[in-house]
Amino acid sequence: MYVAVKGGERAIDNAHAWLAEERRGDTAVPELSVAQIREQMALAVNRVMAEGSLYDPELAALAIKQARGDLIEAIFLIRAYRTTLPRFGASAPVETARMACLRRISATFKDAPGGQVLGPTFDYTHRLLDFKLAADGEVPAAPETPAAPAEVPHITGFLNRDGLIQEEPAGDDTPPDLTREPLELPAGRALRLQSLTRGDEGFVLGMAYSTQRGYARNHAFVGELRIGTVAVEMEIPELGFAIEIGEIELTECETVNQFTGSKTEPPQFTRGYGLVFGQTERKAISMALVDRALRWKELGEEDSGAPAQDEEFVLYHADNIQATGFLEHIKLPHYVDFQSELELVRRIRAEAEAATSREAAE
Amino acid sequence: MSAGRRQERQAGDGGEPSMTEQAYNFAYLDEQTKRMIRRALLKALAIPGYQVPFASREMPMPYGWGTGGVQVSAAVLTPEDRMKVIDQGADDTTNAVSIRKFFERTAGVATTERTPEATVIQTRHRIPEAPLTENQILVYQVPIPEPLRFLEPRETETRKMHALEEYGLMHVKLYEDIARHGHIATAYAYPVKVEGRYVMDPSPIPKFDNPKIAGCPAIQLYGAGREQRIYAVPPWTAAESLDFEDHPFEASKADHPCALCGAEDSYLDEVIIDDTGGRMFVCSDTDYCRARREAGHTGAMGAPYETEAQA
Amino acid sequence: METASLGGGFADAPVDAARAFRACLNAMARPGRIETVAGAAPPAPLSVAAGVALLTLCDPETPVHLAGAHDCGAVRDWITFHTGAPFSGPAGAVFAVGSWAAVQPLDAYPIGTATYPDRSATLIVEMPGLTAEGGARLSGPGIRDSARLALPETAVFRRNAALFPLGLDFIFTAGDRLAALPRTTRVEDA
Repeated sequence: MYVAVKGGERAIDNAHAWLAEERRGDTAVPELSVAQIREQMALAVNRVMAEGSLYDPELAALAIKQARGDLIEAIFLIRAYRTTLPRFGASAPVETARMACLRRISATFKDAPGGQVLGPTFDYTHRLLDFKLAADGEVPAAPETPAAPAEVPHITGFLNRDGLIQEEPAGDDTPPDLTREPLELPAGRALRLQSLTRGDEGFVLGMAYSTQRGYARNHAFVGELRIGTVAVEMEIPELGFAIEIGEIELTECETVNQFTGSKTEPPQFTRGYGLVFGQTERKAISMALVDRALRWKELGEEDSGAPAQDEEFVLYHADNIQATGFLEHIKLPHYVDFQSELELVRRIRAEAEAATSREAAE
Repeated sequence: MSAGRRQERQAGDGGEPSMTEQAYNFAYLDEQTKRMIRRALLKALAIPGYQVPFASREMPMPYGWGTGGVQVSAAVLTPEDRMKVIDQGADDTTNAVSIRKFFERTAGVATTERTPEATVIQTRHRIPEAPLTENQILVYQVPIPEPLRFLEPRETETRKMHALEEYGLMHVKLYEDIARHGHIATAYAYPVKVEGRYVMDPSPIPKFDNPKIAGCPAIQLYGAGREQRIYAVPPWTAAESLDFEDHPFEASKADHPCALCGAEDSYLDEVIIDDTGGRMFVCSDTDYCRARREAGHTGAMGAPYETEAQA
Repeated sequence: METASLGGGFADAPVDAARAFRACLNAMARPGRIETVAGAAPPAPLSVAAGVALLTLCDPETPVHLAGAHDCGAVRDWITFHTGAPFSGPAGAVFAVGSWAAVQPLDAYPIGTATYPDRSATLIVEMPGLTAEGGARLSGPGIRDSARLALPETAVFRRNAALFPLGLDFIFTAGDRLAALPRTTRVEDA
């Protein structure tokens, strides 16, 4: 006698209770506070904000705590929360030329107005485990210098003055919103950039790396990488002018790429662009390289068939929430589809065996 | 970085989500999102089998787990509805339980496991065995809405193929199957042509269920969240499974009766019952099986219904 | 804006809109079927049913064309206040509202494109009444054998159906009742 398995609901409740217990870990170890995550896991918080498309360090830290440190899961929590938020309006474009920089470097000029500022970077740390940190994380205060000048001009601006780099005229068009409209191809650059900035860091990094290794190579120099805070302003119709509603931290990367030119057009460098929430420079540089690779058509280049040039491939696969959901769904029950294939394979095999035995008999 | 730059919040450190269930709108989605989905649904009904792009939202469940179906259900539900959710034909599979709970919580709708009592049925991979009625809406969860996707991965290409009614590639694929295997090798998600125009993916239902799509009295709505597509088959609409004159479509299933209720006409799950190759076949539609047993039918390995209910 | 335009919207938008949409869905899924709706009290000459349809389906993303007598201050204010929908000419309309005479000519509205046939207008046509009696014979998707609905004329719907998969879709309204006619419906004279 057979009774079908039941009790899905109880199983789910029990799994959730167990998960909560595992998240807390050993109760003899003090619980992590959201503030601790926000302050001491700031780069994880930044990634969650960037790929979650929601600038809120407090919520991102909470999401990381709830997700047990699984950043894609945390990004998912943030995305699902974000989508329920009402929209009060749109901000004016942020002015990164007015960024209060804490880091600003150029690989194309030894020095330029505004100077090279290393800022808080891992770049020249020796990657040696710091065992002292295991016992005591307190650090002496870092030396301070007077704040940088209020406005640090963009390096590409200097090239632009001489006509050496392609012009990117400002536009008044409202950029499309990937989170409110279905993705439609071909995508304009604004939409591509939007997809890349919230795209999975690993995916965008891999795509960027492939361009460096020759799959649509575009000879990128980091013209400038800057990290700092910018003011966010919003036009208030009732007031008739824009007011500052807050500040956000951004990483911006402008690459100076392979020049183009023809018999009629003098050669000019081209650009790639990356702009990401928080201190996220690996992502910003990657984004700039992939942006540049995707611009092959508008720059009159050849399609070399490289993955990073393939807009449909890149845009449809950059989102880790879409990717992880679909990937992981194959662990859901598929008894029904599997059964239908099982029946078909059994039938084809039976027919093949019957045919073989008939031939043998003849 | 200075703390002064940050927005300080009151809530948060306790690990509690800062939004309660009560803070969400009826059926979870905000009204503007529902309007967008509703407009897409009307166009989907007006162009049967055509995939309408829609701005699928991020849902509090993973893509691939029914976000499209959930959004469609949320857009059609009224407080008067009685909802049924099945996965693989069963009401009790974990993902069906989870989605049913979601709507109980966010829309406050009544739920049921009984097919004839339901007004909205959300399904993954099956069409119920009990005939549907004029008063029902069947909402399918769809992973890959594009029937041509596995032949042509590019959306820009497949959209053109639909526009030009260029379905030759699909016939070539099916014919190659026959050449190689003697059969069409598609056993589920078997494509149908709707009203003689659009070739449509019926979602990964077994081809056994395909004939139930055509001429169905209920409204059939299909939602693909990750792929951002909605499509529909209105009631009493033609939906023909693609085939060839010399290889007509055949709705097949395991050649057994259900071991619990003895049904010969229902789609079956295979259950392995021991480690020596023993197996049994039971109805995939658990409500159909229950109703039959309740009515006194008993299969070879089933207990009479009263006995089981007491167990 | 007159204060009157602030009234007449859904009292409980999520639930009123859900019920109203179900009526629209049933109507579009079953051409010719007449549904009764409630919840809106729009200014004249908008009927209750047309008002309900607009509240249910329109928002800032859907340009609305007001045809003929419907293009008046009271209707404009009411739609603006309750939906935020912008107004447009027929060529840019996602929805259009007016009497049958006023919404003409039909070839002024978008009928969709070969790759996106859904990008076509839906016309909300105000009728003196809705009845199946003596109406045109309807058949096609959504209809078991045939249905009947009195239409202002028939040849124009045959021409529209011939455009399939492109074409216009229609919602007919009178008082608190509505019916629909998608592009797939075959229309024959009674």
